[in-house]
Amino acid sequence: MNYFPDEVLEHVFDFITSHKDRNSVSLVCKSWYKIERYSRQRVFIGNCYSISPERLIARFPGLKSLTLKGKPHFADFNLVPHDWGGFVYPWIKALAKSRIGLEELRLKRMVVSDESLELLSKSFVNFKSLVLVSCEGFTTDGLAAIAANCRFLRELDLQENEVDDHRGHWLSCFPESCTSLISLNFACLRGEVNLGALERLVSRSPNLKSLRLNRAVPLDTLQKLLMRAPQLVDLGIGSYVHDPFSEVYNKLKIAIQRCKSIRSLSGFLEVAPHCMSAIYPICGNLTFLNLSYAPGLHGNKLMKLIQHCRKLQRLWILDCIGDKGLGVVALTCKELQELRVFPSDPFGAGNAAVTEEGLVLVSAGCPKLNSLLYFCQQMTNAALITVAKNCPNFIRFRLCILDPIKPDPVTNQPLDEGFGAIVQSCKGLKRLSLSGLLTDQVFLYIGMYAEQLEMLSIAFAADSDKGMLYVLNGCKKLRKLEIRDCPFGDAALLEDVGKYETMRSLWMSSCEVTLGGCKSVAEKMPSLNVEIIDECEQMEFNLDDKQKVDKMYLYRTLVGHRKDAPEYVSIL
Amino acid sequence: ILTAKDFPSVVSHRTKNGGPSVSVSGTKRAAESVSHEGGSPTGVSGSSQVVGWPPIRAYRMNSLVNQAKSQRADEGDSGIGEKDKPKDGLKKKLNYNGNKISSTTTVNEKGHLGFVKVNMDGIPIGRKVDLNAHSCYQSLAQALEDMFLRSTNSVGAEKEQLTKASKLLDGSSEFVLTYEDKEGDWMLVGDVPWRMFVSSVRRLRIMRTSEANGLGIHKKSMANHSCFSFSVSESCYSFVAAPRFHDSNERQRSKPI
Repeated sequence: MNYFPDEVLEHVFDFITSHKDRNSVSLVCKSWYKIERYSRQRVFIGNCYSISPERLIARFPGLKSLTLKGKPHFADFNLVPHDWGGFVYPWIKALAKSRIGLEELRLKRMVVSDESLELLSKSFVNFKSLVLVSCEGFTTDGLAAIAANCRFLRELDLQENEVDDHRGHWLSCFPESCTSLISLNFACLRGEVNLGALERLVSRSPNLKSLRLNRAVPLDTLQKLLMRAPQLVDLGIGSYVHDPFSEVYNKLKIAIQRCKSIRSLSGFLEVAPHCMSAIYPICGNLTFLNLSYAPGLHGNKLMKLIQHCRKLQRLWILDCIGDKGLGVVALTCKELQELRVFPSDPFGAGNAAVTEEGLVLVSAGCPKLNSLLYFCQQMTNAALITVAKNCPNFIRFRLCILDPIKPDPVTNQPLDEGFGAIVQSCKGLKRLSLSGLLTDQVFLYIGMYAEQLEMLSIAFAADSDKGMLYVLNGCKKLRKLEIRDCPFGDAALLEDVGKYETMRSLWMSSCEVTLGGCKSVAEKMPSLNVEIIDECEQMEFNLDDKQKVDKMYLYRTLVGHRKDAPEYVSIL
Repeated sequence: ILTAKDFPSVVSHRTKNGGPSVSVSGTKRAAESVSHEGGSPTGVSGSSQVVGWPPIRAYRMNSLVNQAKSQRADEGDSGIGEKDKPKDGLKKKLNYNGNKISSTTTVNEKGHLGFVKVNMDGIPIGRKVDLNAHSCYQSLAQALEDMFLRSTNSVGAEKEQLTKASKLLDGSSEFVLTYEDKEGDWMLVGDVPWRMFVSSVRRLRIMRTSEANGLGIHKKSMANHSCFSFSVSESCYSFVAAPRFHDSNERQRSKPI
């Protein structure tokens, strides 16, 4: 390979698309590093504070697509204060100043201001794709800027963001000349949209493949949109409320039947379940069905719908489907790979509808199952052991028992054996979330068997430091560890600080680690940022090293302490 | 740290292995500790909440709350719905205690335009009511109460029913008003806007609340009538299940939300 000119190597590298592989390629030798960095177009940065925009730009001048993640995962559950960090503006500012021809920006858990969106929209002529997941800080004014200024926009995908909806006419800001849209997802917006503008936009977007509407889009508009875009592959329905005898409903039936390419269906944010039969014609081709925002759809109606979906590979559903409904899934969806069951009544008094029974049924009926997120009322060791036997292919296994320290209700034992069976059987397991009553024993199993584990989430578990030590010692591929409310202290934290450099991050909240322990980590490992998040500002008044730390977040970084931390965050 | 003390339903276990005893530090935000109104079987319930638990993305949590609120607003005239209980705002499905409901009567129950058949549990002879004569649920309920409960001519009616069956719509009586819709499913009257109800109702039934399997029925009693049989024996960890596909004749149980 040394005798090939650079262009040949570059051409070969073009075929290497995975980030991991490209990173490996760049480590082979200096010349490969050089060729790789000039030809690299897509960069993924899992923690925006691990590197600076300037260094990114210096290394990858050909950058076209950037993915950034900001806040730690537990920020999703309100464990991280809103202004902790993760601001995208400095990145956009730096990129705008450079010669980088940015075309795609994908952000997760970042703070995005209208100002940044505006700057983004004006700085990159060829900007094509904006994907925002679980972000906040912007309003529909920022979206208006994107719509107005990005002449070649192909994708605007907003997933589960908290957007301040000014009910402006952002949709009307797409100029008449914009005909390049392939994907438009505004399901998370809560306000009204200009329906006429939406219809016109869809009419002039012949390449539109993915359209996800918000709740404010009524059925008659949906019908018109479908008539104009029968080529859709992915549809998110906003409101599905109508009079079954109306002309609109009949027209809708016809419109849906024309959409023979739809493979993915979601939404039903508002639903009158009487007339789901209009949807049946497209069910047979669906590979992804997301009804997790449709509590109005349950019981018989829901089951009848699912019975039509024989090719489903991914199903996101609410627990009102019940164990019985999961039985229907098990009988019908033989191709199922991913199942997510969300709670419809998270604080309810135990009337929620799924238990270990439903999970066992699905595991028996769907042998291809490899990814699970399951919120349930209870779980038993026996069920988990059965599931482990039925489905050895799990890559992601996330179980959330709503009562966080509930034991096996049949035997009153902890769930150590059940989870132990999962990690032992599923040799490819990469992500695991635990719940229920758990002792140190489950962590012994995890350390022993979960060789491929990359991400582990622990809450209200374990008896002692041993639990954490088993994991840190055993899981060689561990990248992200997040722990809350466990009795892990300084002994576990300090046992092997070098390990943290091999990981992206560690989160510990409401555990037993002390300020002194955290300081010790920071001292020994200058390549880590050790952040103490102290909203009550107790630390200010009491700097005793023996003080227990409420929230600690540490992560490896090449650029030292960040300068944008709020007052209540101390970086040791 | 939240400990077993905070979850009174669980017997203290955490210190039995001799591990370090865990306590909530006085300087921590103890306000976040869980409080209960008499331990519930699930431990964490009702208004008590642990910060960040269950681990549901904030956006999803907010959506659930918003959706429940607007559904409660939609059914403002039905008289059902309590504050802070999103499940009451969501549409309820009904199921029967294993009784098979014959669906052979697929003949257009409406017959005479606007008229639908009404049956009441315990009364062998049914009546017909003209839906076009009413413009809202209250009016219909009043008419039905007059029809079935005030009349001294009803065959088989018991005196007790006169007092028990009043107020059909607000859930306070021993009876509840249900209907069969166009798709053959039995639903609770009052969940959808009136006009939508009128366009989809096939027939009505005034049912004993105990048969309605609404909220609060314990899972065990429902399992007795379950059409699925499921057993897992711990010793051999084998899975035996006989799930049956339900056609519209059989009513299965769905647990209330």
